Amino acid sequence: MNAMNHSEFRQDIAPGETLLAVDNVTLRFGGVKAITDVSFDIRKGEVRAIIGPNGAGKTSMLNVINGFYHPQEGRITYRGQTRSKMRPHVAASQGIARTFQNVALFKGMTTLDNIMVGRTLKMRTPFFWHLFRHGPAMREEIEHRKFVEEIIDFLEIEHIRKVPVGKLPYGLQKRVELGRALAMQPELLLLDEPMAGMNLEEKEDMCRFILDTKEQYGTTIALIEHDMGVVMDLSDRVVVLEYGQKIADGTPDEVKKNQKVIDAYLGVAH
Amino acid sequence: MFYREAGQYKKTYSADMAVFPILQDRIGIGLILLTAAVIIPIFGSNFFISTVMIPFLVFSLAAMGLNIVTGYTGLISLGTGAFMGVGAFACYKLTTYFPNVNIIIWILASGVFSAAIGALFGLPSLRIKGFYLAVATLAAQFFLEWCFVRVPWLFNYNASGAIEVPTRTLFGVAITGANATPTTRYLVLLGIVVLMTWVASNILHGRIGRTFMAVRDMDIAAELMGIRLLPAKLTAFAMSSFYCGVAGACMMFLWYGGGEASDAFNINQSFNILFMVIIGGLGSLIGCFFGAALLNIVPIILKFGLPAIGVPLAGATAEHINHLFVGSLIIFFLIVEPHGLARLWQITKQKLRTWPFPY
Repeated sequence: MNAMNHSEFRQDIAPGETLLAVDNVTLRFGGVKAITDVSFDIRKGEVRAIIGPNGAGKTSMLNVINGFYHPQEGRITYRGQTRSKMRPHVAASQGIARTFQNVALFKGMTTLDNIMVGRTLKMRTPFFWHLFRHGPAMREEIEHRKFVEEIIDFLEIEHIRKVPVGKLPYGLQKRVELGRALAMQPELLLLDEPMAGMNLEEKEDMCRFILDTKEQYGTTIALIEHDMGVVMDLSDRVVVLEYGQKIADGTPDEVKKNQKVIDAYLGVAH
Repeated sequence: MFYREAGQYKKTYSADMAVFPILQDRIGIGLILLTAAVIIPIFGSNFFISTVMIPFLVFSLAAMGLNIVTGYTGLISLGTGAFMGVGAFACYKLTTYFPNVNIIIWILASGVFSAAIGALFGLPSLRIKGFYLAVATLAAQFFLEWCFVRVPWLFNYNASGAIEVPTRTLFGVAITGANATPTTRYLVLLGIVVLMTWVASNILHGRIGRTFMAVRDMDIAAELMGIRLLPAKLTAFAMSSFYCGVAGACMMFLWYGGGEASDAFNINQSFNILFMVIIGGLGSLIGCFFGAALLNIVPIILKFGLPAIGVPLAGATAEHINHLFVGSLIIFFLIVEPHGLARLWQITKQKLRTWPFPY
């Protein structure tokens, strides 16, 4: 795991400091408010869970963070830099990676190629060398292949290395997707329901990978998940959304006791 | 039984990433190249070389071009014929102005012009997708076709309005024009096709090819990996048009030996090549050759083969049967094997690997 210990991004922000801050963000689609005046922060090195009932605006929040949606109001500060609008590929180049709720892999490509795509931003050989697939182009391929093999090793997916991902079972696809995000050596990893639709064993595996990612690469993780057991065990802090508004924010224990959260999940008698 | 990878261990990543990692494949490709470069020129009749092999190679190259943008990048293009035309006219103009530069250089350079035009007409691809993009590329087809007929500068103000291919030589041997023998033209064409296939395979196996496929399979996720969609799509269009342009130049200079652009580079040609790509296999280089071979050889068999064995078949009937055949093939492939002949070939190889004990 040598190559992974010196990630390029990590110099400026010390663990525990704010990596990303969302300030008073409001997102509207026409007349519908998906997110209303939400503020929270993500500190470096923590696992931050975003939970809430269906339609609470969790995925929209992730889309705002990595630039798919542009909020009408509010600011996002990432690594000390405030921005209002940004394109997803810029977010990627600044170290934000993400997985999707419904697997968004490149179905026609093999596991290896999928994860190699995650290395695209780190590859710089000019077009000329690619004509021959020799010299610098090939050296670069091999260097990144080594890195990708480490991720494959880490996620225990050696046996499906050359299988087109469209043929893989769902649980493995989720794992490949995590691998593809990890290949970007992200500073901030956004996981949108990484455990949806998995059985217990697969969930346990995934939890282990998430914790290992945090340990080994020092990646900061923002996580959307519906399995409360997983959320409470994995995360350092939890933010709860309901109808696009923030109703609670704190450690898992604080959130668990919060009356608003209990009401949101269980409903209140009227 | 002979097609086994057992015992072939990969000790380096470069060996594992080779285009033909299996020894038998490498032997196979060597044999094919040997046949194409030595056996066919020696034993093939002029008729066979000029009606079967030369069109096959030209179409393979054009299909490769279309496959890069449609099969690998997922952008449907119906402008193939026009982009081929751009290549042919660019080559014609270049060799008219600079007759002393070798024609092979101009054939390859003409691709640059069609690449530029292709990238220009690829601009709408960022905003529109699927059938709408196909319609946008149709605009390229009709506009360029109009130019080929209406801009006399392109065909040097000839009275006939056609490209008149001059005689050009390589080491003193005529390779274009009326004096060139089919065998020389075939060998030059073969060289170009082998070179360009090798380059395409290099590009498509590396970072750029992965970028194309990522855009095809899931453009949102590709953007998230840091791939900028517009440059990626424009590169695909430019590269595709480059191949089409060279194919067009080859078509005029090494096959037709001159002719009217409105016949050679019309919308039917675009569709013809699209069918080759679909039948051969989207997103597969070898599929281009399969598709070109099938759609090129079937008409020839109908036209010359059947009368030769005593089945009387008039020219018009042969053409109609050909249309029927191609149509039904497309329907067959769309339903049964959307990945085309290339996938069938892959399945066969997979079966061979485990034959005779599949479990």
